[in-house]
Amino acid sequence: MSDQMNVKLPQKRAETPPPKTSVGVIGWLKENLFSSWLNAILTLIIAIIVYFILKSALTWVFISAEWAVIANELRFLLVGRYPEEQVWRIWTLLLFFHALLGLSWGFGKGVMNSIAFTIGGLLFVSMLLPFIELSSRLWIIANLVTLLSFFYIGHKFPKVKKITYIGWFLSFPFVIFFINGLGILPNVSTNLWGGFMLNILLAVVAILCSFPLGILLALGRRSDLPVIKYFCIIYIEVIRGIPLITVLFMAKFMLPLFTGGIEVDEVVGAMVALTMFSAAYMAENVRGGLQSLPRGQFEASQALGLNSTYMMIFIILPQALKAVIPAIVGQYIAIFKDTTLVLIIGLLDILEIGLSVIAKPEYIGLDMEVLVFGAVVFFIFCYLMAHVSRRLEKSLSVGNR
Amino acid sequence: MKREQSTATPFWRDTRIIPILLQILFVVVLVIIGSFLFNNAMTGLDKLNIKFGFDFLNKTAGFDIGDKSIEYTPRDSYLRAYMVGIVNTIKVGFVGIIIASIVGVFAGISRLSNNWLLRKVSTVYVEIFRNTPLLVQIFIWYFAVILPLPKIESELNLGPIFISNRGTAIPWFNATSGSTVWIILFIVGLIAAVIVRSRLINKQIETGTNTHSGLWSLTVFIGTLLVALLITRSAPFIFDYPSINGRLYEGGYILKPGFQAILIALVVYTSAYIAEIVRGGIQAVSKGQVEASKALGLKNSTTMSKVIFPQAIRIIIPPVTSQYLNLIKNSSLAMAVGYPDLVYVSSTVINQAGHSIENITLVILVYLTLSVITSIAMNIFNKKFQLVER
Repeated sequence: MSDQMNVKLPQKRAETPPPKTSVGVIGWLKENLFSSWLNAILTLIIAIIVYFILKSALTWVFISAEWAVIANELRFLLVGRYPEEQVWRIWTLLLFFHALLGLSWGFGKGVMNSIAFTIGGLLFVSMLLPFIELSSRLWIIANLVTLLSFFYIGHKFPKVKKITYIGWFLSFPFVIFFINGLGILPNVSTNLWGGFMLNILLAVVAILCSFPLGILLALGRRSDLPVIKYFCIIYIEVIRGIPLITVLFMAKFMLPLFTGGIEVDEVVGAMVALTMFSAAYMAENVRGGLQSLPRGQFEASQALGLNSTYMMIFIILPQALKAVIPAIVGQYIAIFKDTTLVLIIGLLDILEIGLSVIAKPEYIGLDMEVLVFGAVVFFIFCYLMAHVSRRLEKSLSVGNR
Repeated sequence: MKREQSTATPFWRDTRIIPILLQILFVVVLVIIGSFLFNNAMTGLDKLNIKFGFDFLNKTAGFDIGDKSIEYTPRDSYLRAYMVGIVNTIKVGFVGIIIASIVGVFAGISRLSNNWLLRKVSTVYVEIFRNTPLLVQIFIWYFAVILPLPKIESELNLGPIFISNRGTAIPWFNATSGSTVWIILFIVGLIAAVIVRSRLINKQIETGTNTHSGLWSLTVFIGTLLVALLITRSAPFIFDYPSINGRLYEGGYILKPGFQAILIALVVYTSAYIAEIVRGGIQAVSKGQVEASKALGLKNSTTMSKVIFPQAIRIIIPPVTSQYLNLIKNSSLAMAVGYPDLVYVSSTVINQAGHSIENITLVILVYLTLSVITSIAMNIFNKKFQLVER
């Protein structure tokens, strides 16, 4: 009893702060860079390597690289041999797209934010670039203003949603009309299409056309009808087993033979090849989505008396496609990158034009500048797509659970 | 009679018959389109006076191939030229797959490292190389890195490796008279070592006493190699060091600029994808596994190699297989930098001899065969690892 009396009751003491080495900058450094001897050595080695790489890269970018070549050939790289007096058509198209983007940004949120910020940021940066011609600068400013003002409209009047969707829907024929002319405007034939514009056009066509084709192939592969099933399997597996170049070669060398002398436009041929190629991959992605759905979804929709078309359109495909959005966007990124391959069949995409710039005697030795420019252009768009896909995935899965 | 008519389904609404009719229709449409195209092609070929068939493969090729791994002269046939192309494709594919796997696994593990700097560096690596087109990367390596290297006369070298814009010459080994014996005994030793190790490990599991399995198997292996040395009384091979004679490399093995560009680009590009797959696979292993092995007192490296990786590899193998297939298919871009792979050879043949349909069919068949072989090999590998499960 007396012992217990002697025990001091614990007194409330002021909380001692954690040791200085485990909080703040030092704590962070200790935890993340120098947690053990091995880690510390690793950190030092990497730091030295990174220092040298960064140093040489930065001195190259800011001091020794001659970016004048990009400044001089910018139009050539972006739109190829598209006639100079007709370039306003491309600018107008961009205005149209920025208006649509602004509207979508206005009533959309989340994903649209990052798209609009990237595009707007690109416009803003290119507006500030010193070497841009005055006319182009005005066009860029007009685009930026359009983007922002239509954002305001979309934000204030959510009713424009319908118009925007119709606009997106009609945009494709609009693009073809504007770029080609179709007799109303002066005709610009496809052999003058080039530069980054051609890459984007090819990618957009391949993406838009391969999507429904891929869904059909995926459904065909799961079909109960053996003929259709095996046709789809053979198509998908053969295309997935061969490189894109061979498909492009088929378009270049074999298509003219098969059509019986009818001239096939090279750009159209490349579009067909890219579409056929990516449809097979798209089909596999969609099939993955279809397989991830529980049988109950099929049985429930059959029990509700939906016929198979309705079942697919309203019940199965929305869920299946949602499940494979990351894979589909990954496929889109791959197609976009693969559009550079058309230079092998002689189309003037940004890379081919870059190579022809490098070959000019006045730009000898500037290979790195031109090629890095091409890489950066692709990087921006691919990274944006990947980022959007991640955001989309997140927002969709939140709605799911 | 009347009643029967009203209940019997007409054949166009019979669910047993509709599918058959549909399929017949599909086949008919397919045949019509196919025969139309085929007919067009045949009449077109007739006009050009070209006979359809693979006979042309026996004609003399007449063009030289710069980078060849098997004997070939311009006087050889087109078929021989194709063989050179196929060997070159396999060469770049095989070497590329091995190096890309190693780099990719390291980059993937680095992305999960507890070292912040390492994590960031590998993230930047993966993002940069995944988000730019492979062809741009190939051109950057070729035009902006390899071709501007100093001329061969400057004799730039890293030890025995010579570097110039003509290619890189590395030491290679030449077979000696005893090489066969060495190889045979090497394989025998390897097998014996594996058998000894697994026996001893089984014993260790049964009895619980340490049997020093690693040490014993190493002893067996080294013992066999000593036997080989006693029999042959020579080294397994002699090194062949490269040197520069005037403007040419002499000896060694020369990696031509085109091969270097395509190999580096393929390795870097594919390893970025493999890194992401490896990261995903490791993250998919449940956290309890890591915690359990930590509770057992395993080291970090042992946890990774004995607990996490064997489980992750099951998730990793299927997507990595498709990356391997992609690498093989992407090696067709080699033609853009003049490395004579299969597609390069076939486009040269098409330009010279026509026969585009036959040539493209041939290329497709070769690629399909390569794809099937790779898939089968990876499936066998996959089955091995699936067995570990239970």
